[in-house]
Amino acid sequence: MAQTSLPSVAIVDFGLGNLFSVKQACQRVGIPAAVTSDPGQVAAADAVILPGVGAFGDAMQTLRARSLDEAILEANQLGKPIFGICLGMQLLMGDGHEFGRHKGLGIIEGDVVPFERGASANGRVKVPHIGWEPINRPVHQGRDGMWQNGPLAGLRDGEYMYFIHSFYVRPSDASTVAAVSRYGGTEFCSSLRQGQVVGFQFHPERSGPEGLRIYENLARLIMK
Amino acid sequence: MVMTIRIIPRLDIKGPNLVKGVQMEGLRVLGKPEYFARRYYEGGADELLYIDAVASLYGRNSLLEIIERTAREIFIPLTVGGGLRSVEDVRTVLRAGADKVAINTAAIRRPELIREVASAFGSSTVVVSIEAFRKSDGKYECYTDYGRERSGVDPFEWAVRAVELGAGEIMVTAIKREGTGGGFDLELTRRVAESVPIPVIACGGAGKLEHVSEVIQKGKADAVSLASLLHYPVAADYQVQHAQYVEEGNIEFLRRQGVFSRVQGSSIGEVKAYLGRCGVACRPQLEGVVSGANQPA
Repeated sequence: MAQTSLPSVAIVDFGLGNLFSVKQACQRVGIPAAVTSDPGQVAAADAVILPGVGAFGDAMQTLRARSLDEAILEANQLGKPIFGICLGMQLLMGDGHEFGRHKGLGIIEGDVVPFERGASANGRVKVPHIGWEPINRPVHQGRDGMWQNGPLAGLRDGEYMYFIHSFYVRPSDASTVAAVSRYGGTEFCSSLRQGQVVGFQFHPERSGPEGLRIYENLARLIMK
Repeated sequence: MVMTIRIIPRLDIKGPNLVKGVQMEGLRVLGKPEYFARRYYEGGADELLYIDAVASLYGRNSLLEIIERTAREIFIPLTVGGGLRSVEDVRTVLRAGADKVAINTAAIRRPELIREVASAFGSSTVVVSIEAFRKSDGKYECYTDYGRERSGVDPFEWAVRAVELGAGEIMVTAIKREGTGGGFDLELTRRVAESVPIPVIACGGAGKLEHVSEVIQKGKADAVSLASLLHYPVAADYQVQHAQYVEEGNIEFLRRQGVFSRVQGSSIGEVKAYLGRCGVACRPQLEGVVSGANQPA
């Protein structure tokens, strides 16, 4: 891409999720992003943001019906940055378990499973999990791990981010786990990274100034 | 405590103004909602809640503009309620920048609306708002239309039904406590919280810090919505900075610099610091934010 023209970023619109806030966050940090449901535009973009809330099975069905799954896979094969947020992160996985078993995009090996409702040792576990939780560096990755120069660069280990979800991802390859969080006695993967593919279970665009810092990091990853 | 408790400032909107009443009546103008929203965002609010106080009766175009302006500069979740009647209404509010919607009146009249909104936008988008009135016999009844109309519906049965229909959260307001500063209705909150497997937001009655910890520890609330407690110190600042601000509505309250004796104004930072001392987990106050101007009057 020529130096003079800014890279284009496609925010994939498949009918669910607060695309407005994702777009606002992009604008705030200077990412030239456009909301689109056109597979041609998604495949042609220099980077893809896959947001979303709602049910895994419905979302995959919609992506397939609009050929958006192929467009995202094409972008991935070309090594373009792909950012999945919340349900968007879950859709990157191989399998989803929500009211049955569904095939995901399969970009990251692993599956998506629900939180168990009910009592834990120290209280009730309400699902969906809604609230701000710390994100931590996985223990095995040492002090800086994947955070240096990555999407989470500059964040404090234990920074609070806003979550709203009933499911979480279980990547097969532990080295793709970029951050972990805890809910109801369960430790889960709250961010993952595999090459140019990044996922956040939380909503950086709804996580205040520190969430915007993640968007600044994404801008750097896209622009370079 | 397994969940980090959320503190959610509630902004009741009438026309272009932030208003506050007592028992959902006698609304007083406090100032421009955008000013309060920014202060709460900077102070470490976990979410914001906008309720159109008159949407059940009038249009709500000014609220859409307020939502858009807020969503451009405030990067925390925003829930909007008041007068939403259809999937189309919800879509309009979400397009303007809201993350979630709170539905009361229309859902009680037609419960299927909960299922429709949940299936169109996801369960986590739907907050079912229950405004309950405690009757003289100690029983509770759901009210609609901003606390004006009886419905005959039992709030505990309704909460369970709302979950079955796809609600992601329940917000429960005790009408008699709302705006009084006399404390939350702990029985109402606890009984709703124990009836449902989804998070419950307690709303209405906080007048001092102890009330907030009480409704979490005894009322089993997963999140707490605060209005008067947070608004009055900010309103005092607003008045100083916007002495010329005159709009329709009851601004006599601002002119008199009235603060209810039963409400001890606090900042979000003070609320969270207090909860921390009580052993309640919450996201810490944002660093580097000076809230010196936000001291009790």
